[in-house]
Amino acid sequence: MLDAVMDNIPPPAVTGSHTRLDSYVDRYAARTAGMTASEIRALFAVASRPEVVSLAGGMPNISGLPLDVVGAAIGDLIATNGPVALQYGSGQGDPKLRDQICDVMRLEGIEAHPDDVVVTIGSQQAVDLVTRIFCDPGDVVLCEAPSYVGALGVFKSFQCDVVHIGMDAHGLVPEALDQAIRAVKRAGKTIKFLYTIPNFHNPAGVTLAPERRPEILRICRDHDILVLEDNPYGLLGFDREPIRALRADEAEGVIYLGSFSKTFSPGMRVGWALAPHAVREKLVLAQESATLCPPSFSQMAVSAYLSAHDWQGQIKQMREMYRERRDAMMQALEDFMPAACAWNKPEGGFFVWVSLPPGIDAKAMLPRAVTARVAYVPGTAFFADGFGSGSMRLSFCYPTPERIREGVRRLAGVLESEMELRATFGATSPTHELDLRSGYNSPGTDLG
Amino acid sequence: MSSILVLAGGLSHERDVSLRSGRRVAEALRGTGLDVLERDVDASLLGMLRTEAPSCVVPMLHGETGEDGAIREVLELLDVPYVGAPPASCRTAFDKPVAKAVAERAGILTPASVCLPAETFRELGAADVMAALVSRLGLPLMVKPAKSGSALGCSVVHTAEELPSAMVNAFAYGEVALLERFIDGLEVAVPVIDDGSGPRALPAVAIEPDGGVYDYTARYTAGSTEFSVPAPLSVELTEEVARVALLAHEALGLRDVSRSDLIVDAEGRVWFLEVNVAPGFTETSTVPLSIQAAGLDLGKVCASLVHAAVTRGRN
Repeated sequence: MLDAVMDNIPPPAVTGSHTRLDSYVDRYAARTAGMTASEIRALFAVASRPEVVSLAGGMPNISGLPLDVVGAAIGDLIATNGPVALQYGSGQGDPKLRDQICDVMRLEGIEAHPDDVVVTIGSQQAVDLVTRIFCDPGDVVLCEAPSYVGALGVFKSFQCDVVHIGMDAHGLVPEALDQAIRAVKRAGKTIKFLYTIPNFHNPAGVTLAPERRPEILRICRDHDILVLEDNPYGLLGFDREPIRALRADEAEGVIYLGSFSKTFSPGMRVGWALAPHAVREKLVLAQESATLCPPSFSQMAVSAYLSAHDWQGQIKQMREMYRERRDAMMQALEDFMPAACAWNKPEGGFFVWVSLPPGIDAKAMLPRAVTARVAYVPGTAFFADGFGSGSMRLSFCYPTPERIREGVRRLAGVLESEMELRATFGATSPTHELDLRSGYNSPGTDLG
Repeated sequence: MSSILVLAGGLSHERDVSLRSGRRVAEALRGTGLDVLERDVDASLLGMLRTEAPSCVVPMLHGETGEDGAIREVLELLDVPYVGAPPASCRTAFDKPVAKAVAERAGILTPASVCLPAETFRELGAADVMAALVSRLGLPLMVKPAKSGSALGCSVVHTAEELPSAMVNAFAYGEVALLERFIDGLEVAVPVIDDGSGPRALPAVAIEPDGGVYDYTARYTAGSTEFSVPAPLSVELTEEVARVALLAHEALGLRDVSRSDLIVDAEGRVWFLEVNVAPGFTETSTVPLSIQAAGLDLGKVCASLVHAAVTRGRN
């Protein structure tokens, strides 16, 4: 066979051309401007190898899920209701699931009607739909500093201007929010909403203090600012009952986003938005425009799981598993990290935010870390404005406690080398200076 | 005939690029009717090589392990034919300062440079060493890791103040850095292939990135770089870049395929920057562009290289 294709290579018959290797390069929308290849993304390809301890990804650990129960529920779903599960459904989402979603939200003090729930493809799509119906290019979205990278990506794709608001160990700082709103308004810009993750923040790991919640809501009400409350981790608190949601105390001014990705299965891609009536109507129309309907099969599978299984007991097991991993990370950070580092102790969720010694640039250090077989996400990923290089997000959700300890040990070694190198060259990251100029600090700086 | 095995991935910083190169080469080979397997490099590879006994391995591994000769050394140990340069040549070519020295001895022009490990800066004091470097090489200058690809860790330094950060960035990818006088001019890539009938240079590809720097983003974001092939050079310069690429290929003892990265300056001088023993074959890489411009079929070219490797193995 080989010999059959073995024509000797003929002499080059050169034909001239100019190419950019993309025939559509001049036709893309302006919003694609930032969609480029990056060294950082490439390095994450290495993090997928088993030799690397990845403290980077936020992949839920579903090893404890009762696959037999899930399998039986799905089998039964297809046997008894297959023609519906495999057919298009309602743009708003399966009525039974929306009813069950209200039961889930009741755990956080929310009393809602299923008619006000829109099922989405993960809460990620809910962020997209909300932005789609509210934001024109140049509109301002207020976000915590730092904020969820997936939401920042959505805001960027709709050409919004993100204004970050400072956080501290108790979450979003009300005074900073008030000041930022006033500053944006003075600049003549339009604020469309505040995007906030009040519980077990991604990436900062902090939780908005109960006493601040009414204050945040009051400020937003006074300034007529809608709140987009993203709460994927709310049921994953380690040492406490679920925290009362912002939406529980403010129905008209808050859109609440929830997800089954962290409490059941990210592969199902089922999340939801709970919105005031008029907004909900637009979300349904936007959903129908985007996808016709959320996937019937996934919705009904989630519904069947919720009906067939003690899902609250399952979440309790997950909390214990994540708590063990959080504790392993806390101990490892304490044991190994250089003294000049600071971090918070998350009370739930998946993430720890680590502030690095002055001068260290987490983004520039990542190749060295990958060489040492450990990965993290540099803080810059969580800022829309390039800040955050003096910080990193570590996730403890997926690796075993032993791997977490080993990963932090490797990371500490990388940091020591980087500090030595930076000291040798006197090279400092500019971001720390920028942080001060910007008027907000990354949360780790005062979480020690 | 048993399968051809395309190796891609690995643990280098260029894993992602390697996976894309591997997929493209594997598909091209399949297009010629060959039976092709693709796999990563891991602890089960040797067992697989013994049980499956592929007729030839195509190492599309970029960066260390793939280009430093290590994986090829193992293939030699196991008597598995493979496409590409032998281990010792890879070691020489992958180490940029060494490759430059070999090229220079062969009469090839290469930018003035200094190669130093991080340890030297620690021992002697970075400020004094950097001042001496700037004094000797002038500005602007290029700072690169001595061993890396895809422009990872590379920076153009325009002022002395930019040098410390550039050094740290380069040392993030390895313990030795190469500082090179910056040559302003047209960047060209010249592939050399040899199907057994002798090495020949393919058309030079001129590279003009939008931002002026052919960095990782410019390399792997379709649309962000303008490629001209053949490069817009005079007949004499076209012949000269081909001569330099062939000379580098031969001086470094390379085999089957290589890609030399050169700069043609305003005076028409051709400067050698580096040579790649496992050049990229991604959708935005220059070697497939050159092959296409030469009127050749990518699959057939890859198959011819496999054939040459298999024939070499039989002998």
